[in-house]
Amino acid sequence: MSQNLFNRVWDLHKVTTLESGQDQLFIGLHLIHEVTSPQAFQMLQERGLKLLYPNRTFATVDHIVPTADQSRPFKDRLAEEMMQAIEKNTADYGIEFFGLSTDRQGIVHIIGPELGLTQPGMTIACGDSHTSTHGAFGAIAFGIGTSQIRDVLATQTLAFNRPKVRKINVTGTLKPGVFAKDIILRIIADLGVNGGIGYAYEYNGEAIHRLSMEERMTICNMSIEGGARAGYVNPDRITFDYLRGRPYAPQGEAFDRAISWWADLASKADAEYDDVYELDASTLSPMVTWGINPGQAIGVDARVPTLAQLPEDQREVAEKAYAHMDFKGNEPMEGKKIDVAFLGSCTNGRISDLREAAKVLAGHKVAQHVRAFVVPGSKQVARQAEAEGLDTIFREAGFEWRGAGCSMCLAMNPDKLNNRELCASSSNRNFIGRQGSPTGRTLLMSPAMVAAAAIEGRIVDIRESTN
Amino acid sequence: MDIQTAVTRVSGTGIPVPGNDIDTDQIIPARYMKVVTFDGLGEYAFHDVRYDEKKTPRAHPFNDPRFAGASVLVVNRNFGCGSSREHAPQALMRWGIRAVVGESFAEIFNGNCTAMGIPAVTLDHDQILAVMAAIERNPKVELSIDLSSGLVTVGDQAYSFTMDSSYRSALVAGSWDSTSVLLSNMDGIAQTAGSLPYIGGF
Repeated sequence: MSQNLFNRVWDLHKVTTLESGQDQLFIGLHLIHEVTSPQAFQMLQERGLKLLYPNRTFATVDHIVPTADQSRPFKDRLAEEMMQAIEKNTADYGIEFFGLSTDRQGIVHIIGPELGLTQPGMTIACGDSHTSTHGAFGAIAFGIGTSQIRDVLATQTLAFNRPKVRKINVTGTLKPGVFAKDIILRIIADLGVNGGIGYAYEYNGEAIHRLSMEERMTICNMSIEGGARAGYVNPDRITFDYLRGRPYAPQGEAFDRAISWWADLASKADAEYDDVYELDASTLSPMVTWGINPGQAIGVDARVPTLAQLPEDQREVAEKAYAHMDFKGNEPMEGKKIDVAFLGSCTNGRISDLREAAKVLAGHKVAQHVRAFVVPGSKQVARQAEAEGLDTIFREAGFEWRGAGCSMCLAMNPDKLNNRELCASSSNRNFIGRQGSPTGRTLLMSPAMVAAAAIEGRIVDIRESTN
Repeated sequence: MDIQTAVTRVSGTGIPVPGNDIDTDQIIPARYMKVVTFDGLGEYAFHDVRYDEKKTPRAHPFNDPRFAGASVLVVNRNFGCGSSREHAPQALMRWGIRAVVGESFAEIFNGNCTAMGIPAVTLDHDQILAVMAAIERNPKVELSIDLSSGLVTVGDQAYSFTMDSSYRSALVAGSWDSTSVLLSNMDGIAQTAGSLPYIGGF
């Protein structure tokens, strides 16, 4: 039996075991954004601490940036204040900052990979729960709180407990119309929103290793929705090909040396795990959520579960979900009339996501009653989409084409649901109030399903839509 | 000027907030995170479940005068799931919470609580129901969480809790604010960095 990637990378980064029993873990890459970092810098200043490794922290802005009018100062005074705080902090501490005036700004979990900052075998931390995204490269990547951001800034290390590792082995072949988003929604529905507490998830199996890097990122991104703070995929040829030539990736011969190190880290066939879960990808339908957490998801061809069909310990949340969503047990999800279609987020705001959605939209119009907008995950994604003419397809279909940011995934910016609007969304959380209206309602699904719902004005099964 | 206060025992009255999977968006809605300090977050704790659209208070434990002044929050399963926002435990702390007792906690939330010196301890489902019922019966009953004995006491009833042993040690030793502990190992940090091929660009 050999060590899995997670434990090997952990050991390589372990500085020592602290008296408390936690490990002191070196953090290879630290990413920061405007929402969770200002208080950490304030704590550094109060304690007279310096930034230990300025060149291992990178910053961008994503959560609060408006996606329609990005002119400064922002109309929202509080957003402008946060913007100025990160501009000042990164300048004061000599941190590289991909701000709005650069062509590299975007959602932190999209720009890390696209710049080649995210690499196999690294430990990556960011004050954001979707940091698990970076695990797609075979890195240990997890979200941290603001006090821990302070720790990383001051020491480039964290006090951390080693989690157990669960291998999620995905076999079989995805049917047409079924995507990476559907795999992860199925896993969360099966294992529960708290099933991953105490675990890191290793996504493995032929179905995972056939996926592109962007699809792997979608899966790792939502690990945290299943309670797993980290999720990863072992690096392979697809990983290396993605990284080759990216600005912050090793170049030339160094890249070849990196590949041999990266390849060797991957879990071997005889690697040991604390738990294994099997999933057959060929059994999956396009998924859609019906409730108020990402685990409340079903195949679009299934019906909302009744209380009697649910395990007893899920009924209380199900009742809250019926009440908030105004759905009933045994109702079909297909046919639900939507008000808003949102494409974007760190889960599904990459170029391949926009391509899939554009494929569905080409030659069609968004239903009259639907407000639809698409928010590229980064400026680079936007530029690429524009080069391919995708923005024209979106605009002609009736989508608004916006600037890069987190937008209506969490609505810390002007993009929000109004009142009880029902939103088909490619984002990651359907929590009550998540999209900016305390009574607003979110249905999570793949970008292609969002596009199909936008056209029809209601939830449809992408496999049966006219496309 | 590191804060090095040992947390060995928290006591006070309790406040039950029943429900599984209570996420950090419920604990502190994102729109209240547009701040550069944590000061003042207390008044927004559970804001959207405490108030309706017209700002009219709803029936919620945080609005219930019986639980005013409580310092021990009692919750069910997977409390604090979702976002990594430390604003969530910060809002609870600034409202007055000093310890959380629940069936289980989301990991990032649990780590954030510990990093702030707030013990988050777990009891099983039936015990949580009993603790919640005891507080409902008598909101003035004193709860104590004793990290040395490993007991949650409610009036004259005691329950032994579980908690990650390293979190417990860090709280009891007063090293929950980990910066100074981590800083004391500068040589080790440099050594580890030096051993990683990517730090030197391969």
